[in-house]
Amino acid sequence: MPDWKPTTCIKSLHKRAAVFASIRQYFSEQEVLEVDTAVLSQCAVSDPFIDSLEVSFRGYPEAEAETCYLQTSPEYAMKRLLAAGSGSIYQLGKVFRNGEEGRFHNPEFTMLEWYRLGLDDNALMDDVERLVQLVLDIGPIRRCTYNDIFKEKLGLDLQKSSTAQLAEAMHKHVEIDMSLDDRDAWLNLLMSHLIEPMLKDESVFITDYPASQSALARIKEGEDGELVAARFELFVGGMELANGYHELTDSQEQQRRLSADQQTRKLLKLPQRPLEQRLVAALASGLPDCAGVALGVDRLVMLALNASHIEEVIPFTFRNA
Amino acid sequence: MGYSANQLKNGLKVMLEGDPCAMQDVEFVKPGKGQAFTRVKMRNLLTGRVWERTFKSNESVEGADVMDRDMEYLYNDGELYHFMVPVTFEQYAADETAVGDAAKWLKENDTCMVTLWNDNPIAITTANFVELEVVETDPGLKGDTAQGGSKPAKLSTGASVRVPLFIEQGDILKIDTRTGDYVSRA
Repeated sequence: MPDWKPTTCIKSLHKRAAVFASIRQYFSEQEVLEVDTAVLSQCAVSDPFIDSLEVSFRGYPEAEAETCYLQTSPEYAMKRLLAAGSGSIYQLGKVFRNGEEGRFHNPEFTMLEWYRLGLDDNALMDDVERLVQLVLDIGPIRRCTYNDIFKEKLGLDLQKSSTAQLAEAMHKHVEIDMSLDDRDAWLNLLMSHLIEPMLKDESVFITDYPASQSALARIKEGEDGELVAARFELFVGGMELANGYHELTDSQEQQRRLSADQQTRKLLKLPQRPLEQRLVAALASGLPDCAGVALGVDRLVMLALNASHIEEVIPFTFRNA
Repeated sequence: MGYSANQLKNGLKVMLEGDPCAMQDVEFVKPGKGQAFTRVKMRNLLTGRVWERTFKSNESVEGADVMDRDMEYLYNDGELYHFMVPVTFEQYAADETAVGDAAKWLKENDTCMVTLWNDNPIAITTANFVELEVVETDPGLKGDTAQGGSKPAKLSTGASVRVPLFIEQGDILKIDTRTGDYVSRA
């Protein structure tokens, strides 16, 4: 007999539903509009390290397939709505990321993404904090810059550390065979392998990411005059829970970043996928000043239930679906 | 047989730098915007060393032909230890390095687990509990079954263990091989 049972228990599903309800109530009170954009698109995310699942669309069963992509986040579509005058919006729904499977990952997961007009990254962190505190019993959330968390947890001064020194710090703890040329890769390794586990007993917003890791955030001047990304991430219980930006609104810069991502993909021999030019067009027509954030809802439920594996909070994992 | 990073899992045996290794703890690590990695805690099956290594998602690793088989311990010829698969009568000889500390608990005709790499024994794991005879100890103290205190005793395999004072030469003892402790009289 095949194993037909859910990987979660019914009691956890009640908690999950209650979390969904609190989220919707919060945004309803805040007068933020719920939207549900397309999950299936002709374009894919440009990010080199986020792989989209491909789907074959056919006009009729024997027709030649058109390749479409399952969305890895509703970001592009939501920004098109913002540019069309939607006002502040949120979306609670499924997104898909190829290859991501583990204790904290399922290739199909539930993401909460929202955009607030007129807020910057700092004000949006206040908003995230209020929402998370509706679900989790945690006190005020500390804020710490990217540079400061490296100093605090690893004693590394990023402004003075060469990539070789970052690699050396990593090799002290974990063996890895990787070339030295990609500084951001070493930063990501140190963050995910060493710093994240050290954050297991605290909640912290890590702010002012390196400008090289800005993704779709605008660039601003940091505390000491260094250019940084207006980007933050929230870590709770050693898990990356949310990622937010003071959004980039400059369409030319947006075009440049999409092309740069495509170039990186080419260099790394990763698949070249159609870029979402409608996003660039939307920004050119005018994206209102806003801040946006994406939050992993399954991980939020994991924290609420003190679960150690994502399978404990979703009805059926990928391997059971 | 090769494995890609996303196929790694607990218990998998792979070759690294020429040595067979067993994966003990495998975790998928993927920052939202960063590269995916598979972080693994591994044990070198020849040296016992445990360490952590991270694999890039496009890295692959060669499988190791390692398997565990239950065998009967036959005898030691002064240099090698001989084992036999009970059903097929296939015999294997293991050297001191492979047998290691298990030598202290190997009794003829007992069943133990032999780890084979490319069909050669590289490790021996005895049962958690074995029964061995005391061949040498000070005379027992009668009536001392409840009191504390212990003394050394030499077992038939040559191993030395601490035993209660009432134990006599010729007694059969139950020993926990994981700790090397006396458990009871068998």
